[in-house]
Amino acid sequence: MAEIVGAYFTSHVPAIGGAIHRGDQQTPYWKPFFDGFPKVHEWLAKVKPDVAVVFSNDHGLNFFLDKMPTFAVGAAAEYRNADEGWGLPLYKPFKGHAELSWHIIEQLVDGEFDVTICQEMLVDHAISIPFELAYPEAKEWPVKLVPIGINTVQHPLPSAKRCLALGRAVHKALEGWQGDDRIVVIGTGGLSHQLDGKRAGFMNPDYDRFCLDNLASNPDALTQNSIHEIVQLAGTQGVEVLNWIAARGALGPSALEIHRNYHIPISNTAAATLLLEPA
Amino acid sequence: MATQSSSGSPPEPIPGTTLFDGEAARRGYALNAMCYSFNSKENRDSFVADEGSYMSRFNLAPEQREAVARRDVLGMIAAGGNIYYLAKLAGIFGLSVQDIGAMQTGKTVEEFKQFLLDQADEA
Repeated sequence: MAEIVGAYFTSHVPAIGGAIHRGDQQTPYWKPFFDGFPKVHEWLAKVKPDVAVVFSNDHGLNFFLDKMPTFAVGAAAEYRNADEGWGLPLYKPFKGHAELSWHIIEQLVDGEFDVTICQEMLVDHAISIPFELAYPEAKEWPVKLVPIGINTVQHPLPSAKRCLALGRAVHKALEGWQGDDRIVVIGTGGLSHQLDGKRAGFMNPDYDRFCLDNLASNPDALTQNSIHEIVQLAGTQGVEVLNWIAARGALGPSALEIHRNYHIPISNTAAATLLLEPA
Repeated sequence: MATQSSSGSPPEPIPGTTLFDGEAARRGYALNAMCYSFNSKENRDSFVADEGSYMSRFNLAPEQREAVARRDVLGMIAAGGNIYYLAKLAGIFGLSVQDIGAMQTGKTVEEFKQFLLDQADEA
């Protein structure tokens, strides 16, 4: 029987990739953020996942406004990074787990989540950076990938309530999976930040703390705000917390927080790292 | 029974904030399509070689062309630009998200970086 070993959440600011590339992890600016990761490494070495179900948002690499799925599930044998517009070194490719992807897709659609099915999907820094942080020494990723994309770009966005329900439907699918995989659920992005407009640079530690304090024990609390209210509270790109909310749903009904790190600022972002285990 | 969304008045605008909604997505389509094309180095090089003809190829509206020519990020957003795509254009201009933040908020880059750091003290 498959086992869900836990959930890992972290921010995916592109600048983190630059810091890793330059080896800046121990510089005064970056150390408080990277200090959140030894515990993640220990935990992953202990629970040994071999597949990751990752909730994240595309940043104009795989999807453009011509076709913008609200929820998209990857069902590929392999996922590659590509030039995101800045000519940076490419991130390592991922092996897919197409059988599990199709199982999730079938179960989701059966549960009336009519997702977009992607047999080809480029993955951007939103997936690669959390893996670089989690497995800094890896020559190739030790887990297979099932990527689930949530539209955080083009409004109307799915509500927090709907994203939590999506996650819970993924959990149900994982519970029914007959493979013997050890599954880690991952949510990436956030927390509060805003890149655009006269309010650029906005962060909100109070709201971030509310999200972190409730994610394990009472995730429904995060669904009480509309998308408009979440933008107001978390910033235009802070809506990436939707990825965290969905991932929390996929972890299962009850959860225990085992690690948390929160640091302002990383680039323009309030950065957070969190580990939860099923309880 | 009326739903909340149809019976309630539209939510209050958030100061200094544009939600990238359908109206913006329609208005900004050409500009965002051009920015999306910058995932290719060949396209970035073509833009740098001749900005004007590259913008013509994507049928940018006059206000979009002017905002790009002026490196006016707020103008690009007003013309329907979305920051996820505009970030690729900013990369061509060598602008970081702190540079863009400073431009939009009327701060110097140092002031904007300090503004970010100061929020740590309030956390």
